[in-house]
Amino acid sequence: MSLTILNAVIAVVAAIAFAAVNAAYLVWAERRGAGRIQRRPGPNVNGPFGLLQPPCDGIKLMTKQLMIPGGADKALFMVAPVLAMAPAIMSFVTIPFSENIVARSMNVGVLMIFAFASMGAMSILLAGWGSRNKYAVMASVRAVSQNISYEIPMLITVITIVMMTGTMDLKELVAGQAGGILNWNVVPSLSSPLMPVSFLIFFICSLAETNRAPFDLGEAESELVAGFHTEYGSMGFGLFFMGEYANIVIGASLITILFLGGWDCPLGLFPGVWWFLLKIYLLIFSFIWIRWTFPRTTIYGLLNLSWKILIPISLFNLLLTAGLLKVF
Amino acid sequence: MGAYFSDIFLGLKSLLIGLGITFKEFFKPVVTVPYPYKTIKMSERYRGHIELIENEEGTPKCVACGMCQRACPSGCISLAAKSVEYEVEVKGEMKTKKKKVLTKYDLNFTTCSLCGQCVESCNFGAITFSKDYNLASSRKEDFHFDLLNRLKERNS
Repeated sequence: MSLTILNAVIAVVAAIAFAAVNAAYLVWAERRGAGRIQRRPGPNVNGPFGLLQPPCDGIKLMTKQLMIPGGADKALFMVAPVLAMAPAIMSFVTIPFSENIVARSMNVGVLMIFAFASMGAMSILLAGWGSRNKYAVMASVRAVSQNISYEIPMLITVITIVMMTGTMDLKELVAGQAGGILNWNVVPSLSSPLMPVSFLIFFICSLAETNRAPFDLGEAESELVAGFHTEYGSMGFGLFFMGEYANIVIGASLITILFLGGWDCPLGLFPGVWWFLLKIYLLIFSFIWIRWTFPRTTIYGLLNLSWKILIPISLFNLLLTAGLLKVF
Repeated sequence: MGAYFSDIFLGLKSLLIGLGITFKEFFKPVVTVPYPYKTIKMSERYRGHIELIENEEGTPKCVACGMCQRACPSGCISLAAKSVEYEVEVKGEMKTKKKKVLTKYDLNFTTCSLCGQCVESCNFGAITFSKDYNLASSRKEDFHFDLLNRLKERNS
């Protein structure tokens, strides 16, 4: 009995540590990447290659005073940042990094991750509402409408995959793709010829779900001060930031598991956790790369992209896959 | 319907072109100069505060005529000189001559507007603009430059 408790504690601590370290160092990677793309060095003063920048930032954020604006809803204001970070950590529990490295394998893993991911929108709404700031409210309303409209094509794509593989267990999803790049879900097969399109839709949706540029309307600095976290300073802001980057890691992990074969090697050799990490960091690099390439879309462009392009195409893909699964 | 799909494809293509450009930029060398650690050479025409030019003997070229002092609209140059006697050989016999030697050349940089009238008015090419730009201080006195001293420091 005590061993299972110990196991659970170790799993939770490992999940928190992984999320926190990733969140901290992805900020560093983002700033370095942005620097390289704009041909400047990025943070390079603290430590070799600026590697001590994240701890310095963390200490700075933690030593600042947490201000609560007058007239704000204190409870909601305090609970929103926690709600941004906690679901992200929860989702790490069920993500399988390799065949043996998974905190808790569940047969409804996909469902659980999406259930927790949708709580992110609530934390944004609470932050905007609780801080009693018109910019924050506007930004959170935007972010929520964006999250809702991008969850639909994302989930339709997931349904397509679940239909094909017949499982919601993330481990089994990966196991079904074992044996080289040709078995991965991203490669079109007879029963689902539009899989690359699904991959693209899922990729775009995970960008939008994590509120990243070019879909960062939730924080649109040039229009809405700092968006939903305008009134947050100190570690409240820090938690939002860490939650955002933890969500990016989860998005990249999901793409890897659903489409890119998880811990499977492209050539079928030495499957293991290193392939999983390599894939998620390549995906995260592409997120950073996209962020520093494209300007922010307008809210209309954003919603049009979802309702007029992504949803019809993903629905068509769903129907096509359903029909072809019957045929073959 | 055709326009719908061509829109999507053209849009996607333009996005990929954009990604290609930033990917290439990613591997190009950094152009930022990490300022406090490295500084760039200032261009020929950069105007810093003025500086005395030396002759071959290492003393100032300046003959202390005072033209710069008079040309300065802000009155920030003050100089002083003393006359010294020296001997030269003219047609086989020694003669004593007098010349002025600079004893003080102060620049009050707090009022200088960097107009360059002093440099232009100098008939002996004895002053020029320095390339110094790391001039920051919280004390006014730091901007009263003793240019003679600066020249000595430069030579030592």
